[in-house]
Amino acid sequence: MSGPTVRSGDRGFRYTLVAPSIFVLLLIGVFPIVYLLMVSFQGLTMTDNDTSFQGLLNFRALLDDTRLWQSLMHTVFFTAIALPAELLLGLAMAQLFIDRMPGRQVFIALLVLPVVVAPIVSGATWSLMFDNRFGPINQILGWITGEEMAVLWTVKPHLVYPAILMAEIWQWTPFMFLLLLAALSGVDKSQLEAASIDGAGWWSTFFRIVLPAIWPVMAVAILIRGLDLFRLFDVVWALTKGGPGTMTETISIFTYVKGFQQFETSYTGAVALLIIVLLTVLLTVLLKRVSIAR
Amino acid sequence: MKRSANLRLALRYLGALVLTVFFLFPIYWLFMISFKTADEIYAFPPVWWPETMQWDNYIVLFRDGDATTVLNSFIVAGASTVLAMFLGTICAYSIARFRTGGDNLANWILSQRMVPPVAVVFPIFLLYVWFGIVDTYLGLILLYTAFNLPYVIWMMRGYILDIPLALEESALVDGCSRWQVIWKVVFPMCRAGLFATAIFTFVFAWNDFIFALVLTRTEITTYTVQVTHYFGGQSNFWSKISAMSVLGTVPVFIVVGFMQRYLVRGISLGAVKG
Repeated sequence: MSGPTVRSGDRGFRYTLVAPSIFVLLLIGVFPIVYLLMVSFQGLTMTDNDTSFQGLLNFRALLDDTRLWQSLMHTVFFTAIALPAELLLGLAMAQLFIDRMPGRQVFIALLVLPVVVAPIVSGATWSLMFDNRFGPINQILGWITGEEMAVLWTVKPHLVYPAILMAEIWQWTPFMFLLLLAALSGVDKSQLEAASIDGAGWWSTFFRIVLPAIWPVMAVAILIRGLDLFRLFDVVWALTKGGPGTMTETISIFTYVKGFQQFETSYTGAVALLIIVLLTVLLTVLLKRVSIAR
Repeated sequence: MKRSANLRLALRYLGALVLTVFFLFPIYWLFMISFKTADEIYAFPPVWWPETMQWDNYIVLFRDGDATTVLNSFIVAGASTVLAMFLGTICAYSIARFRTGGDNLANWILSQRMVPPVAVVFPIFLLYVWFGIVDTYLGLILLYTAFNLPYVIWMMRGYILDIPLALEESALVDGCSRWQVIWKVVFPMCRAGLFATAIFTFVFAWNDFIFALVLTRTEITTYTVQVTHYFGGQSNFWSKISAMSVLGTVPVFIVVGFMQRYLVRGISLGAVKG
């Protein structure tokens, strides 16, 4: 074959194209991690400018920090409830809208709106909704129960979890719905018909045909949401700021408080590294089981 | 048979209606509060429909200059989108066509997207203090560019792989330089992809809170941070919370209305080819 080909790009050109992106990613993506590694072995706090080598001091402190592990547990707890709830609700919604019906597109267009609302705004919205006196939720509950309700949703220890989960599930169920709807419409119709001719029930059809077909998309959806829930910050910040006390503090809020309110520079570095390591381990394990559709 | 089909359809409509009410009601509530008077906001029991639509809550935001935070969001999100799209697309082109860096580079870039913001925002803040770019447009633009690059590269790589090689080859034969091939063939051929990816990039930066919280002070506060300034002790600021939120949310709704077609591919990181 003669003449220039696209693939035989000269080296200079191909590296020129990637260089700016790599530079930006190194600066904003890799520098911070190098810095974290450095600072977490030192003894910087708000009052102490100690840059001497402290060994594993900060990392040892991590182990004894019950507030840290509690915040991690809160994150896990929120994820363990919200993720399956969003998945199942989203799947049920996708089933409802999978067949043609007049006005279907309009419904879908409206239902996805929560996904693009800024999470901090959705948190603010729900704090207005949950207000004990001027919010509509207590009012509606009052109609149902027939007596005046003044539930302190964002204040009472055991009511804050439902409030946060509500906001979270409200915002992201449509995300699951949209992805699963797309996946369900890709399921081979002839296989479904064959199954129904063979007399297979709904459940066995679902587990044998539908689920394997939608799994690649479902896995990506779970992965994306899982990662987002791991960094849960905005909604909780708007609703409770991690309170009452530290009851709803997620790992992200904990890190923020340590770094920017208590200025525990070196310790925050250790916490941040812990988060990155945990996430990397988790992802490596998960990605071994699930290969992302490319 | 016909009757049961009708019943089924009716039930599905009922379900659809209930869901729509559930998912839209909070948005309705947020929007409606912004049109209420203070008396209506703090009325007990709550008022579901304001007596008269009045714009005072918005007028206050414009008068006090709070509304300029939406402009800040626009500048920062807009500029970082343009930058990320340009740098990301040429990078994606190199990776897609020349396999630059092989799978390792592509995977490393994708992994950059998975780093939790809160883990890196702290060192980035210190870096910015050092450079003196805290609370500047440059600082936030650079940051959102970096955080959107992995997404842009990942998405655009997929779109570029869909372009037939022959088109680019014939452009080369016709005497185009390599840059001209990108400019005259690649960009136009994946216009839809560019458009869709850009919108998601924009919305990400637009809706971000934590980076803007840490990296701005007073000069270039974005609207998400501004909304949280009204949280606090006395709940007198509900009118501002809602009006500010609406100002920031309406643009996104409009944009999303135009891009229904691309929504699925965009939010699934390309896993679903819409």
